[in-house]
Amino acid sequence: MNKLLNKLRPVLLFIISLFMSLAISPANAALEIEISGGSAQQIPIAVVPFGGSIVGQSSSAAQVGNIIGADLRRSGLFRVLETGGVVNRPTDINQVKYAEWAALQAQALVVGRVESLAGNRLKVSFKLVDVLKQTQLAGMEYNIAPNQLRMTAHKIADVIYQKLTGEAGIFASRIAYINKSKGRYTLQVADADGENPQTVVSSNEPIISPAWSPDGSKIAYVSFEKKKPIIFVQSLMTGQRLTLANFKGNNSAPAWSPDGTKLAIVLTHAANSQVYIINANGTGLKQLTKSSAIDTEPTWSPDAKWIYFSSDRGGRPQIYKVSSIGGEAQRVTFEGTGNLSPRFSPDGKLLAMIRNDGGKYRVALQDLSSGQVQLLSDGGQDESPSFAPNGRVLLYATRVGGRGALAAVSSDGRVKQRLSESGGDVREPAWGPLLN
Amino acid sequence: MNKGMFNKKLIGSLMLAVLLSACKSTPMVDKPAGVEDKSPSSSSVAQADGSADTSGVKEVVIDSNANNSNNPLNDPNNILSKRNIYFDFDSDAVKAEFRPLIEAHAKYLVANNNAKLILQGNTDERGTREYNLSLGQRRSVAVKKSFNLLGVQDKQIETVSFGEEKVTPNCADENCHQANRRVDIAYANE
Repeated sequence: MNKLLNKLRPVLLFIISLFMSLAISPANAALEIEISGGSAQQIPIAVVPFGGSIVGQSSSAAQVGNIIGADLRRSGLFRVLETGGVVNRPTDINQVKYAEWAALQAQALVVGRVESLAGNRLKVSFKLVDVLKQTQLAGMEYNIAPNQLRMTAHKIADVIYQKLTGEAGIFASRIAYINKSKGRYTLQVADADGENPQTVVSSNEPIISPAWSPDGSKIAYVSFEKKKPIIFVQSLMTGQRLTLANFKGNNSAPAWSPDGTKLAIVLTHAANSQVYIINANGTGLKQLTKSSAIDTEPTWSPDAKWIYFSSDRGGRPQIYKVSSIGGEAQRVTFEGTGNLSPRFSPDGKLLAMIRNDGGKYRVALQDLSSGQVQLLSDGGQDESPSFAPNGRVLLYATRVGGRGALAAVSSDGRVKQRLSESGGDVREPAWGPLLN
Repeated sequence: MNKGMFNKKLIGSLMLAVLLSACKSTPMVDKPAGVEDKSPSSSSVAQADGSADTSGVKEVVIDSNANNSNNPLNDPNNILSKRNIYFDFDSDAVKAEFRPLIEAHAKYLVANNNAKLILQGNTDERGTREYNLSLGQRRSVAVKKSFNLLGVQDKQIETVSFGEEKVTPNCADENCHQANRRVDIAYANE
């Protein structure tokens, strides 16, 4: 299997690079995506380039189909068919000549169009067609502003993904990460496909530990701009910054409660690193853990009952849990040289972590009911695991050629992707919630 | 969109990129930072491409303005300009060779009651960022205890950690890791 993947890799790279350079030429695209692996049973699907034209827009209608195709391909669950050889380009279901698509062995077909409306609006419509049964599986119309075209394509991809796999999609979501370039640190957010990167904050001092608020409107992060780590919460829409915690010593490791009203944070204002809870407006500070060891990297269970964290109270760092209203901590992990950075899957059944095996740091996934652990990554300095909103994919930081890069792996370990930025050093990824 | 912003995409270039293994022997000295918070009330920062964003992210820019007047703390001939204390592997013990440096700063702090010191702990890059932040703290606390023994008051010292954020990355050997395990001394308002 691995040999086959290695053989396929240059081909995949070529296809994807060709695809992306065609699809998104003018964008100041940052993250490049490389995919390996895939599901054994991929659904063959054809996405016809969207018809119609957009008056006064440099972006073409065709990019919508390209974005949808790229999203589906990246999931590893679809085989997106080449449509270049097909002469007829239907933009609605009544124009579909089924024999042509059956000949391509397409099981599903996506057709659609983009039209200009009055008042600088666009109408995007699509139909998902079952080629064998010759019926419509899904169809939607969107009335959008021109700058919502890319996200609308991701939403369409989510509808298709959900219809054909039965699971929620993740394409209409965003990721946050830190890019270090030429001595400058920028916290960026990009679409889940790595495109459309936008800077949230930039500084010539380090920024680490970005954390999305559950509603996706704010990001908490740690900035060293005042010669020490301080936690800020910044609104994405307005840029307004709240200093969440600026106590004596370190202020770090922000983690939102599932309802977004509180954050678990780590302070050293007493002495050693300890976990505290603070309201999202910066009031009501309470100490949660009480030890003479390092307690850090808190994260909430999805039911908000527990805070999991890493601690060296037993010697080497391991993962512990404590009730979110306080109490005695209990040890959770026992294997490996050490375990760090716990993160829950959205359904609360899996715990991702960074496992240290003899100095090699890798992403591991523990089934909380069976206790079974699976190693998901093979780097030596992998960090910062973060679940996609549907729990199917984990994003994490890795190193390639001495530089930071982002990687993603499906939670079953089968599909791997690498996202890298030319000339940059990318780290600290965090996957945001689905956008409505 | 502005074509000038177009970054040439080099898929796979990182995979082929020559590993940057250069490992500086001199540690990075902390640079003073000033903050310019361009929140919505002040003039807005234009997006590079000037177009409307899909999701409306407002950018905040923070800039440093390193600017120091003449004072003994910056005089390269004065021991007070020496700011780095190095540690052995997995140790927070302050070694004897750094006593003169610590004594000089202690004397300065005792003589200048208003002077405030920030001790910044650093670690090598092995391990997770947040955990290393906590580890670096242990070293800065160890140095603080040395200052306390020389009569410096708690209110003049703050201990913080940079973890692995300020150290030389991609260490190929133990000398490089060693240079990263240190506490840097910074004065407030520098």
